[in-house]
Amino acid sequence: MSDETTNPLREEIAGAISENPVILFMKGTPDQPACGFSARTVAILQSLGRPFAAVDVLPDPRIRQELAELSNWPTIPQLFVDGELVGGCDIVTEMYQSGELQETLGLDAVSAEAAPEAQAQEAAPLSIENRL
Amino acid sequence: MSATPEELKQRIEAGIPGAAAEVTGDGHHFYAVVSAPEFSGLNRIAQHRRVYEVFGSEVGDRIHALSIQTKLPQEAA
Repeated sequence: MSDETTNPLREEIAGAISENPVILFMKGTPDQPACGFSARTVAILQSLGRPFAAVDVLPDPRIRQELAELSNWPTIPQLFVDGELVGGCDIVTEMYQSGELQETLGLDAVSAEAAPEAQAQEAAPLSIENRL
Repeated sequence: MSATPEELKQRIEAGIPGAAAEVTGDGHHFYAVVSAPEFSGLNRIAQHRRVYEVFGSEVGDRIHALSIQTKLPQEAA
């Protein structure tokens, strides 16, 4: 039941997702990740040299709760590109290894040929709601 | 009571029709490789969501961390 009740925190999160082409919700900060999964995801993004916005979910438990409801995804980290949830650490790692992540980020896909054709997840224009 | 890989495997296989799961883990961090026929119509995000849905709010709580890899049945050799 997603009613339209105004929720400032959730709107702020949705706003951050739509305003930043690449944004990572994580535990800790890129300089000081507070969880191994967040650390690994940061390391992958940094290795690709693509600037990204980062939000630390730890200072306020409500951030995590609102984000989970907004994205329909239970775990942290969560990477969004062009307003769409790309995934957490597992998916980001898998996509990095196949070259899909580089493609999604608009970088030269070094090993794009190796990527399975299945679903080249095209970055859709900014949309806050996460259908799927 | 901590979760076991065997419990997770059974619940995934019971919760997703036709699924086959391999689960390893130490009671807190788990790693699951899951294949299911219905994954063929879903993108990766949706596949992972299906697995998370089996456990609801237990993920992040009783099941501290659940890493997932999804496959289509024919890939899961």
